[in-house]
Amino acid sequence: MSDVKKFLYVNRKAPHGTIYALESLEVVLIGAAFEQDVALAFLDDGVFQLLKGWDTSELGSKNFQPAYTALGDYDIQKVYVERESLEERGLSEDDLLEMVYEDEDDDWAEKSSIRIVSREELAKIMQDSDVVLSF
Amino acid sequence: MAMLHTVNKSPYQCNTLESCLNHTQEGDVVLLIEDGVYAAAKGGRAADALAAAKGVKICALSADVKARGLDGRIIDGVEIVDYAGFVDLVTETDKTQAWL
Repeated sequence: MSDVKKFLYVNRKAPHGTIYALESLEVVLIGAAFEQDVALAFLDDGVFQLLKGWDTSELGSKNFQPAYTALGDYDIQKVYVERESLEERGLSEDDLLEMVYEDEDDDWAEKSSIRIVSREELAKIMQDSDVVLSF
Repeated sequence: MAMLHTVNKSPYQCNTLESCLNHTQEGDVVLLIEDGVYAAAKGGRAADALAAAKGVKICALSADVKARGLDGRIIDGVEIVDYAGFVDLVTETDKTQAWL
């Protein structure tokens, strides 16, 4: 098991204006398939990716928001969201999507994957990761 | 000589909106499109700058507002327009400047 690395995917872009958010999701799913220790971080405009209630029908593009809620099925249990980034944008945890995983150590109880962290805590999480992929 | 200004960048990512607002004149229209619509989100830091813009009409494109989950979260004083409304703004003004 020593070859399991801690991957951190850093998301800093809003969802539709660029392709980064969608590309990040694709790469995250690939990483999860290789059974690595995967964590996601959302900061700066990246927090907008998790703002619930997308309706892309008028825009005419695919609504890929449901894919975020499916990440728990790929055993992604750590989704860090930076508190300062939320506050600057007038958002709180209540405005975000529900993201859950099933905890195998706790009789498969459904638990929230979202962890609101401070900028300082996120800096430490970055330090503690083996691989950081930035989007 | 009213001008239409379009802004398509998030105000939290770069200073496009700020620069646009620094170059508008009374009677101009600023249309927020794509990631530009985040400027009009209630409670956000950028919304204050937008609300402070005087003598300028501010609009936001409906498709971009809805796609980002901002429906019902837009500050007062910002008019939501659809694609047809976008075209109307282009025809009603003398020229268009796209702030990229």
